[in-house]
Amino acid sequence: MRINTFFYTLKQGFRNIFRNKLFSLASIATIAACLFLFGIFYAIVANFQHIVKNAEEGVSVWVFFDEGIEDIRIQQIGDMIAKRPEVAKMDFISAEEAWEGFRDEYLGEYGDGFTENPLENSANYQVYLNDVSMQSALVTYLESIDGVRMVNRSELVATTLTGVNALIAYVSVGIIAILLAVSIFLISNTVAIGISVRKEEINIMKYIGATDFFVRSPFVVEGIMIGLIGASLPLGFIYAIYNVVLTYVTDRFPQLSSLLSFVGVEEVFNVLVPVSLGLGVGIGFLGSIVTVRRHLRV
Amino acid sequence: MAVKKKRKGPVVANEIITLTNVSKAYSTGAPALKDVNLHISRGEFVFIVGDSGSGKSTLIKLLLRELTVTSGYISVMGYDLSKIKHRKIPKFRRNLGIVFQDFRLLKDRNVYENVAFAQRIIQKSNKEIKKNVPSILAIVGLAGKYKAKPRQLSGGEQQRVALARALVNQPTILLADEPTGNLDPKNSWEIMKLLEQINENGTTVIVVTHNREIVNAMQKRVVTLRRGVIISDEEKGGYIDED
Repeated sequence: MRINTFFYTLKQGFRNIFRNKLFSLASIATIAACLFLFGIFYAIVANFQHIVKNAEEGVSVWVFFDEGIEDIRIQQIGDMIAKRPEVAKMDFISAEEAWEGFRDEYLGEYGDGFTENPLENSANYQVYLNDVSMQSALVTYLESIDGVRMVNRSELVATTLTGVNALIAYVSVGIIAILLAVSIFLISNTVAIGISVRKEEINIMKYIGATDFFVRSPFVVEGIMIGLIGASLPLGFIYAIYNVVLTYVTDRFPQLSSLLSFVGVEEVFNVLVPVSLGLGVGIGFLGSIVTVRRHLRV
Repeated sequence: MAVKKKRKGPVVANEIITLTNVSKAYSTGAPALKDVNLHISRGEFVFIVGDSGSGKSTLIKLLLRELTVTSGYISVMGYDLSKIKHRKIPKFRRNLGIVFQDFRLLKDRNVYENVAFAQRIIQKSNKEIKKNVPSILAIVGLAGKYKAKPRQLSGGEQQRVALARALVNQPTILLADEPTGNLDPKNSWEIMKLLEQINENGTTVIVVTHNREIVNAMQKRVVTLRRGVIISDEEKGGYIDED
């Protein structure tokens, strides 16, 4: 391709956006609407996942040892647990620490009457999991270790969190499928308008002897630009809305923010910006290719 | 009806367009062309005439390779159009100039850009475009209107722009599909004079038309189609009415 043809193609691509203002606006609005819905949905899901993840991180199992077990065996058991892939981290709580914790939390000054540690056999490992759905597998393993007397866990919390995770996954897939279907419907309509606007121009180019590449290039440039603009607009809106909603929730429901932690806007946008821009460019690129291809057989 | 043939033998050596037993049927089943044989030599001026539905437009579309034949052989400038690959079509079409009844100009571009558009498609340099476009606009008498948009021009002027666009790439063959169909008699004659001048400079010109007066006055070769069949092919022919 000659250099002046390259620049001509580029220039025509940009000019096309302004030549067919209505079509360009309709295309930008369609892409922006789809990606706005996608962005909002992503932000909500990201926060749900963040909240569930936080809750999961707080779920732990307690491993108690046989009476009179030697310290060296406790160390060995600790090493065995640490090697398990389900384990995110673990803490050793000695019998003294267990009693102090219990006394401070439940007995207060009444605990001073005890001269001996009533929780003498309560030294334990507090084990945190990578994924709560792995809890029962880990517990089975822990119970099989020689020297382990008892394993305490909260089955209900683990099951609930696993259920919530599955629900988020199903809802995500469902909503993404609906968004995709709506996007395809809207974009195919926009492309149909594009075809009627472009038909004559493409025909003239083909009659004169333009190659498919020459015909397609300005439309592809135009499509990519429309995709980029269509993706940037909702990103700006979502950025503004996200901050406003986060500030509102934090100010209005301070008790909620102490229970739940939200994902920062930067963290959401680290994923949302490349994905949205990629989708915008992809939609614009494919849309223009499809629009033009139907007329290349002239 | 028997075909009237007053041409003196087939011209083969310099033949630029050949149709041998060409038939074209559309998916509706109606035959648009039936067993057509046509030979056109380099530098000829040929009128293709006939009433609506006679197959004139189908013939032009076959010559442009917009349509493919249902049966038979068609060759234009050595390209076998029944076998040509899709990617070779642009190169083939660069040998043709095409003018339509409805001009088909790009309405959002001015006269200069409409003509330069044809040069850009064949990837001419900016330097060549700046030289060729004003030169062809001068030939068609529109040098002073290069900045005008199509809507600011009369029908005759728009057809001149279309003609300039068709000629700027120096085609070997010029196909004009009802070039005077939307023009008044004065403008029609001016366009025909230009076509004649172009032909005198060596371009093969094929004009599809309904214009009886022009066909009869110009005394060129006339091929008459009726219901998809060539009923007459005369060297210095006239318009044959359907009855």
